[in-house]
Amino acid sequence: MSDATIPQQGARANNPARFRRANDESPLARAILILLAVGGLGILVFAPLAAVFTEALKQGWAAAVASLGSRDAQSAIRLTLTITAIAVPLNAAFGIAAAWFITKFDFRGKAFLITLIDLPFSVSPVVAGLCIVLLFGANSALGGWLVASGYPIVFAIPGIVLATVFVTFPFVARELIPVMIEQGRAEEEAALTLGASGWRTFLTVTLPNIRWALLYGTLLCTARAMGEFGAVAVVSGKIRGQTATMPITIEMLYNEYLSVAAFSMAALLTGFALITLTLKTALELRHADQLAATRRH
Amino acid sequence: MARPLVQRSAIPGLGLSAGITLAMVSIVVLLPIGALLVQGANFGIANNWAVVNRERVWAALFLSFRLSFYAALFNLIFGVLLAWVLVRYRFPGKRLIDAAVDLPFALPTAVAGIALTALYAPNGVLGGLAQDIGWKIAYTQWGIFLALVFVGLPFVTRTVQPVVEEIETEVEEASATLGASRLHTLRHVILPMLAPAALTGFALALARAVGEYGSVIFIAGNIPLKTEIAPLLIVIQLEEFNYDAAGAIGIAMLVISFAMLLSINLIQIWSRRRIGHV
Repeated sequence: MSDATIPQQGARANNPARFRRANDESPLARAILILLAVGGLGILVFAPLAAVFTEALKQGWAAAVASLGSRDAQSAIRLTLTITAIAVPLNAAFGIAAAWFITKFDFRGKAFLITLIDLPFSVSPVVAGLCIVLLFGANSALGGWLVASGYPIVFAIPGIVLATVFVTFPFVARELIPVMIEQGRAEEEAALTLGASGWRTFLTVTLPNIRWALLYGTLLCTARAMGEFGAVAVVSGKIRGQTATMPITIEMLYNEYLSVAAFSMAALLTGFALITLTLKTALELRHADQLAATRRH
Repeated sequence: MARPLVQRSAIPGLGLSAGITLAMVSIVVLLPIGALLVQGANFGIANNWAVVNRERVWAALFLSFRLSFYAALFNLIFGVLLAWVLVRYRFPGKRLIDAAVDLPFALPTAVAGIALTALYAPNGVLGGLAQDIGWKIAYTQWGIFLALVFVGLPFVTRTVQPVVEEIETEVEEASATLGASRLHTLRHVILPMLAPAALTGFALALARAVGEYGSVIFIAGNIPLKTEIAPLLIVIQLEEFNYDAAGAIGIAMLVISFAMLLSINLIQIWSRRRIGHV
């Protein structure tokens, strides 16, 4: 672009291909790298994405929409939305509390606490589900007592919520901690010196500073919460119409060779995923300066 | 001890934030994982070992860790390439490509699983093409590898991208003026700078792949000794209400994962020290 405005002269005008900035690859190398990147993503990401929708629409729109209207499908959609509506706010509240505790105070064992918060990322969702079954299942002391008193956790909604909170545990805290470290404590201390109460300081000083990071973490958390499969598969008991979430229903339909129904539900879930992805990308572009440094593009 | 447990601070909310944090960490993380360890302790070391020390379990553990390692290695190379292309080059559709890198994070694993299977099964579009050259992907270890590559795809790119952005072009220009070829500069100047971040991404992708269940079980075929992953064994034991055996395999997976992450952390500290002066 800028080349056109500069009068070309000497060797460069005779042979533009020979002039290259020191930090550029040759045009051929560049083309090959771009092709590899685009081609690789095409096969690995875009092709499966397209497959979800083509498989869902194999028998036309009517069949796809009808399959989503069945009673089991409706109950799965409701359940997934309910679980997400419980798990995500829980996680956001925990993330804010943990980030406040970790960044506003100095205490021993901070690194250990952060490790514990990050731990769910390195534990298999299936193992997470197993842990919850062992703790709250009917054959454990605690679980037996809870079932006897009419509050079953495993094979019921509380267990699914707990499994979902486990797999999404670090998302919000991880986004907030770096942002709050960067902002320091001076603004809050100033507000407090001027006589603001703790809550007022949080609501009028801290929250405006962290709102985009909070929204970002909440979006990541939402996407994962709606789609969690492994942990939920273990704790839910897969009771149709009761504890079968959307991902679990997809598995059941698929295993029954009801391909159109399975992929229609999958397409709906993909639609949710694409919405969160779009919002997340918009946040990265618009409010990059208020997100954790690694999220800035 | 001279240092108090919590240092005094002018900022309020210590009790509330500490209370919520510690209560949640206990209920969500500590108690459940503690329950697994207690279950293992009650079952006894010898019994746990007897469960794990069977051909089918070893085969599944070995398969899970081996294919996860290969998939993370593929993602390491492809992720660095992708990060480089996305930061350094301009081409049409770049924004879309950049956003698409995160799709495996956002797409539910069960959806990814059935989509990949539909695509790479012998009667699928790409599976059919592969079949023509005698390459079976779905229902073989290739299928598992593919699913694990999919779920681990974003990690390396997203950890390396900010580092590529921060590279000062002067460094490359200095290398070029000193007579290094472009390839030499990339290998000896750029790659060492990216190595720690790339290794972090590799570790994340590996940890994710080892535990992955949803996207794999559809495409794997789940044949014992051949295409059966370790998390599936736990699910099978749980479906038979055999909590002892499920716990034993769960503990084995935890122990191996942590040993692996620990060694990667050590390699990372070592690589940071070695090139810390760059």
